[in-house]
Amino acid sequence: MSSKVIHAIYDDDDVLMNAVKEVRAAHHHIEEVYTPFPVHGLDKAMGLEPTRMGITAFMFGLTGLGFAVWFLNYIMIDNWPQNIGGKPSFTFYHNMPAFVPILFEMTVFFAAHLMVITFYLRSKIWPFRKAENPDPRTTDDKFLMEVAVDGNEDEVASLLKRTGAIEINVKETH
Amino acid sequence: MYTFSSKLKTLALAFMIIGALGIGYGFLTTPKTTEEVKEMLHKDDDHEGGHAEAHDNGVGGTSVGGGLMAVAHPQDAHDVVEQLEAPQDTSHTEETHSKEGTHEEEGHTKEDAHASTGHGEEHGDGHGMSEEAHLEHELTFAKNRPWTAIYVAMLFFLLVSVCAFVYYCIQRAATAGWSPVLFRVMEGVSAYIVPGSIIVLAFLIWSSVGHGNHMFAWMYTSIDPTAANYDYAMETKDWWLNIPGWLVRSVIYVLIWIGFRHFIIKNSRAQDTASDLKPYKRNFTLSVVFIVVFLVTELFMAFDWLMSIDHHWFSQLYPFYVFASMFVSGITVIAFVTIYLRSKGFLPFVNDSHIHDLAKYMFAFSIFWTYLFFAQFMLQWYANIPEETTYFYPRLVGTYQPLFIGMLIMNFAFPILILMNSDYKRIPWFVVLAGLIILTGHYLDLFVMVAPGTVGSNWHFGVPEFGALFFFLGLFIYVVFTALTKVPLQAKGNPLMKESEIFHY
Repeated sequence: MSSKVIHAIYDDDDVLMNAVKEVRAAHHHIEEVYTPFPVHGLDKAMGLEPTRMGITAFMFGLTGLGFAVWFLNYIMIDNWPQNIGGKPSFTFYHNMPAFVPILFEMTVFFAAHLMVITFYLRSKIWPFRKAENPDPRTTDDKFLMEVAVDGNEDEVASLLKRTGAIEINVKETH
Repeated sequence: MYTFSSKLKTLALAFMIIGALGIGYGFLTTPKTTEEVKEMLHKDDDHEGGHAEAHDNGVGGTSVGGGLMAVAHPQDAHDVVEQLEAPQDTSHTEETHSKEGTHEEEGHTKEDAHASTGHGEEHGDGHGMSEEAHLEHELTFAKNRPWTAIYVAMLFFLLVSVCAFVYYCIQRAATAGWSPVLFRVMEGVSAYIVPGSIIVLAFLIWSSVGHGNHMFAWMYTSIDPTAANYDYAMETKDWWLNIPGWLVRSVIYVLIWIGFRHFIIKNSRAQDTASDLKPYKRNFTLSVVFIVVFLVTELFMAFDWLMSIDHHWFSQLYPFYVFASMFVSGITVIAFVTIYLRSKGFLPFVNDSHIHDLAKYMFAFSIFWTYLFFAQFMLQWYANIPEETTYFYPRLVGTYQPLFIGMLIMNFAFPILILMNSDYKRIPWFVVLAGLIILTGHYLDLFVMVAPGTVGSNWHFGVPEFGALFFFLGLFIYVVFTALTKVPLQAKGNPLMKESEIFHY
């Protein structure tokens, strides 16, 4: 493992994108990029694996839908059939159209909330967790690229300088 | 420049010839007398056995909507309500000792009994209708069948073409950066507006002043309470639904569509050779105006051309529902033509991301369609007001049920499941597969909008229907691909062209 990293700071997302591509083309390992906002296409440029959040969202949605079916069937059909506006209330499928808005809302509710929770867990963000952010300016208007170095500090530093970094810091890690 | 390949031309012409034969067959085999209708109905009965009763049942429901019998049917309307509520009739005492299984059965037997006895009776004395009158009625429906087949087909392709053009105008009005490479394809698809609307207008004139068919039942009603064909509903609708006004409006809609298309495309071609951006800017303004004007014309077009078939029924959401249906079909057709031309190498500047975006629109507007469908359906289903349920009765519980449920699955369940994955939206053959399902679904959707009011419960999807579909499909292919040969497939001078060429997801 490398013991040193270079923190290169950029002030423009387009410059950053090109820099990421160049650094990767030169076969240096980018540990992490910190940005104040999501930069479209950055994950692809960094070569990160595609997110699996979409798959979880689909499964959470199905869970919500399944739950809503059971829930409504229990409330409106099994436990206490109610006569609302003269609508059939003795079988689920006869009364299904009336349930669609709730089925839909439950699906969205489950998908949305569980996805947020999943995202927090996956990103290891939970209450009272200390921020790992190496430079507070990346929460404002600067972009930071963390590149691992292994004895080739100067080479990497000059490459980063060329790609438009406005500031380069070498940091010891752990 | 694209050249219309002789293979495709032959295919288009073959479709038209086969289609014309099918349409001709449809007209020739239409029953001419009540005797023939009797025979036809008998054959159906033998064929479908037990379903015969259900067929009869549907007639009652439609006649309210179709208004062909031109008398108020409180009896009928009441019937519809009861039918929709059938399982409700089961009493609570039964509930205590029986669980779901028996319950469903209970509901069904009731329904069945109702269908066979209740309705049979009604046909006998409820309407005061003799068997001869019933056959007369069925004859009108049977005569409408080939006309309905061609009306659905001609309207489908016209509206697809108009909606593809609206999509094009939205791209221009939004100054979208991704789509200019597809502009010429969209312009090509919109070329069918001109012949398509002329055919539809001819049909409408033939149906009204020419008395060529009986599809629009309101034309045969009277607001005179003493007249035999008195129709209470027309007392309040007569000022809008009358033949001269209806025809004049139809001409206006069509002229507006053709006119805007003419000028916008003229500007688009002028931009190819222009030295400044004037035509481009003019097109921006025209597109914005057209979107607004189109929505107004489409609104009344749907009322006049489609909803007036069931003139006792009303739904204010209907025009948007029709629009959603045709809009998603229009986008699908644009995707088809793009994929075809690209596979032949005529669109080297179109990449997978463009296909991906079109597929996203197909996905999104399928859901939009479902949303409008359900918004329209649920309110009327829940309110259960007789005037409103007449529309859904033949479709949801009558003989159109398989088509109605089928098109719902094809237009909602399939697109949402098939097109959800973003990788699949980049695979052309996959998009074509999904598109075929969507187009079939929306064609059936239009058929189900029209047919219950014109052909009644004895519907078939046979030779005349396929013939009409093939004929207009052939004509559509011929017109669209001929138009595509007229200009280079990549427009020049559009300031967003570069952005569009390098567009990637």
